[in-house]
Amino acid sequence: MVHCFSMFEKNIVIDVYSGGVHLMEAPAYMLTKYYAENGFEKDGLSQIAIKACKEIPLNLLEEGYRELSELEMEGLLFSEDFYEKAAQNLRKGSVVKALCIHIAHDCNLRCKYCFADEGAFGGKRGLMSADTGKKAIDFVIEKSGSRRNIEIDFFGGEPLINFGVVKEIVEYARSLEEKFNKKFRFTITTNGILLDDSKIEYINQNMSNIVLSIDGTKETNDKMRPHANGKGSYDEIVPKFLKVAKSRNQDNYYVRGTFTRENPNFSKDVLHLADLGFKQTSVEPVVAPFDMPYALQYEDLPVLFEEYEKLAVEYIKRKKEGNGFNFFHFMIDLDQGPCVIKRLSGCGSGCEYLAITPDGDIYPCHQFVGNEKFKMGNLSSNKFNYYIKGEFENNNVYTKPECKKCWAKFYCSGGCPANAWNFNQDLNIPYDLGCELQRKRIECAIAIKASI
Amino acid sequence: MKQIKTLSNNVLKKSLATGGCGECQTSCQSACKTSCTVANQKCEK
Repeated sequence: MVHCFSMFEKNIVIDVYSGGVHLMEAPAYMLTKYYAENGFEKDGLSQIAIKACKEIPLNLLEEGYRELSELEMEGLLFSEDFYEKAAQNLRKGSVVKALCIHIAHDCNLRCKYCFADEGAFGGKRGLMSADTGKKAIDFVIEKSGSRRNIEIDFFGGEPLINFGVVKEIVEYARSLEEKFNKKFRFTITTNGILLDDSKIEYINQNMSNIVLSIDGTKETNDKMRPHANGKGSYDEIVPKFLKVAKSRNQDNYYVRGTFTRENPNFSKDVLHLADLGFKQTSVEPVVAPFDMPYALQYEDLPVLFEEYEKLAVEYIKRKKEGNGFNFFHFMIDLDQGPCVIKRLSGCGSGCEYLAITPDGDIYPCHQFVGNEKFKMGNLSSNKFNYYIKGEFENNNVYTKPECKKCWAKFYCSGGCPANAWNFNQDLNIPYDLGCELQRKRIECAIAIKASI
Repeated sequence: MKQIKTLSNNVLKKSLATGGCGECQTSCQSACKTSCTVANQKCEK
């Protein structure tokens, strides 16, 4: 399987099963496109192929064919799928290596697209107790086997409204590192309203990453991220976020925004964040039921595709001028990256990564919290739903018919299971609109790599 | 090669033999969480 596309005047071919990525001149590219539809011809350039590429001079086609043939023999083009068998017994008995701890099911903002029901996840508002937080640490130590590195994400709602408990959890986890031979890495996501110098200092000393929520320009941000009284949040958070970014030497953080149908021309919001001085950015599509007014629709795709390309053009320009910034979805590693096993098996939710609510309930990830069908247990009881764990463990790009056919499978790893469930009531049917955007982003990321 | 420039080699097949150790971070397509996508992760072995 190959994927051929042209962007920024470059012809790019991705050989899906080797991970090979090639830039091609027109003759080789035209031939590759022909062979992608009709199968590669190992015995030589056929008259049919020549006819299909009739606008190309024969000598160049022959040269192109020789080069394609060389790559094919090296296993870098039209390569076989070796992985389906390996996928069959993946992650049986996988260990829990990361937790998303919902420190608060409450929030001091009222963001309109909040998947968490503005902090409450469809249930009672509440804060996690230190005792529950410590139980979460005990749980992950117990369930992590011999795995040394453990990740803890502090999430919510808004974690900073319960920061005292965040600190108690961090200290408790650290106190157990030596005894259990564990190394904890903490991250925190925040709307920033309650950030102050002392919290920033603590976060910088103790957390390997911090995610700062802001959607872009003041107009964009304040439309979707207001306080309960309707007042916007942009003016308060920008100076604080800049302080965080500077204090972390412009690394190990993200400003993270969401674009919606209200701002489909989101490239301007990304560039605004870059212009403010943020070097680590991410702006991502809202995920919402189709009947929400701010939800993205299929008819928005042409504009969104154009926006990703527009952003990529400016991204390349700024990188070349020495004024570049990072955009999360444009970051790609073509040299190494994770092994194919990881690539086909997905994010790890429901088996290696679990979410814990303030009451100690256990869910596959933050997006499943509140969906009773996926509740896997509670920290205060020994019972844990291994059946649900198994459902997630058995989920990979080969169990999903759409992923199996998709050229992007090893860059995407199968999409978000929560989206699959929420849109299709089936972990094995990915959210197709998300797939369309994902494929476009990967094309842009690779085209950027090819251009810099 | 005159017409083709290869940006990335055969990274996947090789990793089949040695991969699957489970040491890597969990990943998410969204930068709210353990912030890397599969496309950008590092192998931690």
